[in-house]
Amino acid sequence: MNVPLPESATERPLLEVRGLAMHFPVSEGIVLTRKIGDVKAVDGVDFDIKRGETLGLVGESGCGKTTTGRCILRLERPTAGEILFDGQDVNRMERRDLVVLRRRMQVIFQDPYSSLNPRMKVGDIISEPIKVHGVEPDARRRRDKVRDLLSVCGLDPKFADRYPHEMSGGQRQRVGIARALALDPEFIVCDEAVSALDVSIQAQVVNLLEDLRERFGLTYLFIAHDLSVVRHLCQRVAVMYLGRIVEMADSDELFDNPLHPYTQALLSAVPIPDPRVEAGREFRPTPGEVPSPINPPSGCVFHPRCPMAVEGCRQARPVLRELRPRHWVACSEVN
Amino acid sequence: MPPLLEVRALHTEFRTGAGLVRAVDGISYTVEHGETVAIVGESGSGKSVGALSILRLIPDPPGRITGGEILFDGKDLRGLSEAEMREIRGRDIGMVFQEPMTSLNPVLTIARQITETLEQHQGADRETAERRALELLEMVGIADPKRRLKQYPHQLSGGMRQRVMIAVALACNPKLIIADEPTTALDVTIQAQILELMKSLTRKLGVAQIIITHNLGVVARYASRVNVMYAGRIVEAGSAEAIYHNPRHPYTMALLKSVPRLDQPRRARLDPVDGQPPDLTRLDGGCSFRPRCRFAVEQCAKARPPLAAVAEPGHLSACFRSAELSDIRDVAA
Repeated sequence: MNVPLPESATERPLLEVRGLAMHFPVSEGIVLTRKIGDVKAVDGVDFDIKRGETLGLVGESGCGKTTTGRCILRLERPTAGEILFDGQDVNRMERRDLVVLRRRMQVIFQDPYSSLNPRMKVGDIISEPIKVHGVEPDARRRRDKVRDLLSVCGLDPKFADRYPHEMSGGQRQRVGIARALALDPEFIVCDEAVSALDVSIQAQVVNLLEDLRERFGLTYLFIAHDLSVVRHLCQRVAVMYLGRIVEMADSDELFDNPLHPYTQALLSAVPIPDPRVEAGREFRPTPGEVPSPINPPSGCVFHPRCPMAVEGCRQARPVLRELRPRHWVACSEVN
Repeated sequence: MPPLLEVRALHTEFRTGAGLVRAVDGISYTVEHGETVAIVGESGSGKSVGALSILRLIPDPPGRITGGEILFDGKDLRGLSEAEMREIRGRDIGMVFQEPMTSLNPVLTIARQITETLEQHQGADRETAERRALELLEMVGIADPKRRLKQYPHQLSGGMRQRVMIAVALACNPKLIIADEPTTALDVTIQAQILELMKSLTRKLGVAQIIITHNLGVVARYASRVNVMYAGRIVEAGSAEAIYHNPRHPYTMALLKSVPRLDQPRRARLDPVDGQPPDLTRLDGGCSFRPRCRFAVEQCAKARPPLAAVAEPGHLSACFRSAELSDIRDVAA
């Protein structure tokens, strides 16, 4: 089992993403198809994740956060860029390396209803990766492992004999988490892992994810649109808009001092569950909608909706700059 | 003036393979003219079924309204014929649902979605209806409304479709709008736009609103009064101020504690509501929150606590220990 390593500045990050781009071709016509453009789902994204860290990746639908996660898992082959996992480029891996990678890197999906095979018993769902990877050939020991995993995830080991439809959404999500843990991974991509759950159950699963991180020294990429959950769970947060990271900082710094106008717009749009706080907040919704990623705006992609935009924002694409220690912003107008 | 809507002891049941489900199990509340009331609860709490029951939109079978009165503007909606009910829906009571893609007709133009309502309910001729449709689209903030009128729902973004839904709901100057999770499918910046739009329009036009949601933040920002539902019943009701700052039902207290807040730094751990959501086919005669409740006592298994007044007027809680709870909460904090 992995032991959490001491934090040090010189240590190489577990995951390094460099210049990641994922463009999906768009074509027209049925018989004579021709390419008419690209959906620039991810368009030049850089970040690192240290061992034991949880990085939150937030943004609205279509911002490219899920595609980024899928590229890291090598469920997509990116158009450009590098993804280094423990120093190795995920994209250049051959089959044999990939088998090892799949054991070290796992995923928890959003929907606990569609991500579990309805015809399999919970025990078989969890033991399948163990079987496929030949980690534990002995059937009895595999069963013991499944029971362990269930109880680690807060479920009664007896649930191994049940089918997914006999369980509630929260319980199913725990099964999905147990399956992700079955191969003792180091890194887990949580793609909207708690978004489909009811409020009262969501908190249980958030706590479980935190406990597991501490217990097994896990590293998470936590992809979510719910900013309150992200603030609670993540040490560092990257905000994406139309395929790019617009701001990245330590969690409390980002939420207390958002610098990018898009981050500010996003944060002010989230209502706080307290009528006294809400009564005191000045609030003007950001106009407009997210433009199409097929033909994104020139320069800074946020400029058509931005209250601070000047002429220069239409021309040059702003780069991420470290405006405060560990606080990166892609906006030419903030200093 | 009597309230615009008065729901009294409403019961709605579903006969399912797993047994009888009392989805709405005796709820009573009122909505005053021009006021915004939130109904908040988790999946299966009965919040949507309760609202659909008002409009008598419960599919029968398997569902059935088995008891209670729905007094709207002086009429008992349960006593109306289906034809009379159709007159009420869309004219006196507008509806906004969660998924604008499925609640708009995909083969009708945006213009037709709106003019149909106007012709049906107000006997407007085509030309008048089309003029009004254009006005309505402008009112709900759709840019380039002339072009949009000729388009179909799939050509619009989710936010714009929800604006069209609001335009349809407001078309006949209703007295009440029932909005069932109106922004749940939308991104947060678009959610904020839509909620602000609904707030300003309902204020300007004096329309009352019932907002059904699971989002405690939306409730805090937009509702003046709140009904909290759990397992088919209202467990607590009161002003937003009372519900958030002086909750007197253990479920409300637990729910508020369990949500992480954007305006607060990381806490060590969240404080979740323990246990699993209730199985509605297996409720007994006691309080249905009892298995998850930190304050449960023997009495809670024997009888269902009635919704009764606590400290301030208009603040109700269905808990035998509601009077003690403010002290217990202070100790716990």
